[in-house]
Amino acid sequence: MMGAASDIAATETAAARVAKASRLSRQRIRSAWLFLAPMLIVLAAVALYPLYRTIWFSFTDASLDLLGEARFIGWRNYLEYVDYGNGDGEWFGLLADPRWWRSVWNTVWFALVSVSLETLFGLVIALVLHKKFPGRVWVQAAVLIPWAIPTIVSARMWAWMLHDQFGIVNDMLQRLGLIDAPVAWTASPETAMIAVIMVDVWKTTPFMALLILAGLQMVPKDMYEAARLDGVPPFRLFRKVTLPLIMPALLVAIVFRALDALRVFDIVYVMTPNTDATRTMSVYARENLFDFDRFAYGSAASTLLFFIIALITIGFIYATRMNLEGDER
Amino acid sequence: MTAPAWLKTTGFYLLVGIIVLQALFPFYYAILTSLEDGQALFEVNYLPAVFDLSNYRSMLSDGVFGKQILNSVFVATVTVIISLFLAITASFALARIRFRGRGLLLLTILSVSMFPQIAVLSGLFELVRAFGLFNSLWSLVFSYMIFTLPFTVWVLTTFMRALPVEIEEAAIMDGASSFTIIRRIFVPLLWPAMVTTGLLAFIQAWNEFLFALTFLSTDSQRTVPVAIALISGRSEFEVPWGNIMAASVIVTLPLVVLVLIFQRRIVSGLTAGAVKG
Repeated sequence: MMGAASDIAATETAAARVAKASRLSRQRIRSAWLFLAPMLIVLAAVALYPLYRTIWFSFTDASLDLLGEARFIGWRNYLEYVDYGNGDGEWFGLLADPRWWRSVWNTVWFALVSVSLETLFGLVIALVLHKKFPGRVWVQAAVLIPWAIPTIVSARMWAWMLHDQFGIVNDMLQRLGLIDAPVAWTASPETAMIAVIMVDVWKTTPFMALLILAGLQMVPKDMYEAARLDGVPPFRLFRKVTLPLIMPALLVAIVFRALDALRVFDIVYVMTPNTDATRTMSVYARENLFDFDRFAYGSAASTLLFFIIALITIGFIYATRMNLEGDER
Repeated sequence: MTAPAWLKTTGFYLLVGIIVLQALFPFYYAILTSLEDGQALFEVNYLPAVFDLSNYRSMLSDGVFGKQILNSVFVATVTVIISLFLAITASFALARIRFRGRGLLLLTILSVSMFPQIAVLSGLFELVRAFGLFNSLWSLVFSYMIFTLPFTVWVLTTFMRALPVEIEEAAIMDGASSFTIIRRIFVPLLWPAMVTTGLLAFIQAWNEFLFALTFLSTDSQRTVPVAIALISGRSEFEVPWGNIMAASVIVTLPLVVLVLIFQRRIVSGLTAGAVKG
């Protein structure tokens, strides 16, 4: 009897507990939104609203000093056919501007080459750091240094090293007999892009290496042990075992770097100002916004840049089915 | 069939040597140049030949550069404090409470951190002018939220998720409010993660260029990256490379020291956040 009574009592308290728990969980969900609100408001103010305004400006005739008096003019910043009235006419606007398309091409080329090189060098450095050897910690610290140096500082440091007359790079290459005469790395159109890519690769390879290293460290050790006992040659082991296993980490690293490379501004602006050979989409947009006083036109370039990058990102997330929820782990 | 062991070892250490050399040489060369003056500057040296502090003296004596360093310190510090404050509660909600739309929200936050800054530049410029913040350091504190906030939220969420559920269960059943749980349980546990995240956000804010170039217009308001980018001579031949290198070394040295001290933490924070500094 006593036992049955206490059983009933226990069921009642259990039911009460469930009710309490669900009330608590509702309460927690309410507090979740309360906690998120300040962050979301700030993000909306610094990202969403300015983005909306940029897109709006791209459809107006806004100029730097008359932002408030901007009038809607439709697609004219993007594309417009001006009829000269004598059966002759000309296309104007961003989409008809060869300098814009040159900038798009420069940006894509820059991203493609620099990210490929960074992946390659990053992989080599990560494989080295994955090995155990005396002084490994110090090597890793040294590798991190280019990452910590501000982009502007690296750009100026390299601009000095690549100086056509007094630069140490020309001096080295001449001593080694690789070039006959000093090269004007940043000034000549043929080498300007090489110089910019060189600095970017130097500066951001550490980031790539660290992300790949994190991927490598998640590969179970016994996998290597088994392969070693079976006598699998190192290169095959890398291609058949290591590479597929680190692929997810590698893809994440590549997408982050690619997104970053597609918006490149600092290095180009500082090292090779005003040259068609290296002008990227970001540089083109800022030039129009603030230097040429074509605020609306520059906004159109910014808008287009945003959609190009967004498209690439969505495509990538879709193609790789990245799991961002993190619930299924 | 395989190469002898000593050859392999030598090759490996040769590779290590090359990696270290390429990473350190440019900064080493900047220090070397910063210590040269006059004619010595225009002779290529591989090893220190002179020790002349006049570049440092001329950079630090005019007062403007000192002010610019303080500007950078102010902007980066305030930005980090505000982002951490906003991020800790937000990431608690994102990491510990299940609610509908959480995945989408995280995705949105991640995509904001990848926003090309130029895409918001026109709109931000309008806002900054409307608030009367043009040429004020607060314009940078405000606009830097666009990259420090998503980054800190993302990294802190990752760290918070890794903590076991049990640590808060007792507190929930005792009826403690979520805010108490954050303050009494998570903040003490997450101190190391917050230091790491704060440090990385600090480096990002310290290095930012585009907004600082656009929203500040006078020399005494500028931050150091812009100041260094704008040092130039009257002609191509009068660019004061010695001064530029001295300024570069001054603003980079603290970062290098931080990297050496916090190396392990930085690596864990970077790989958790996977966002460039």
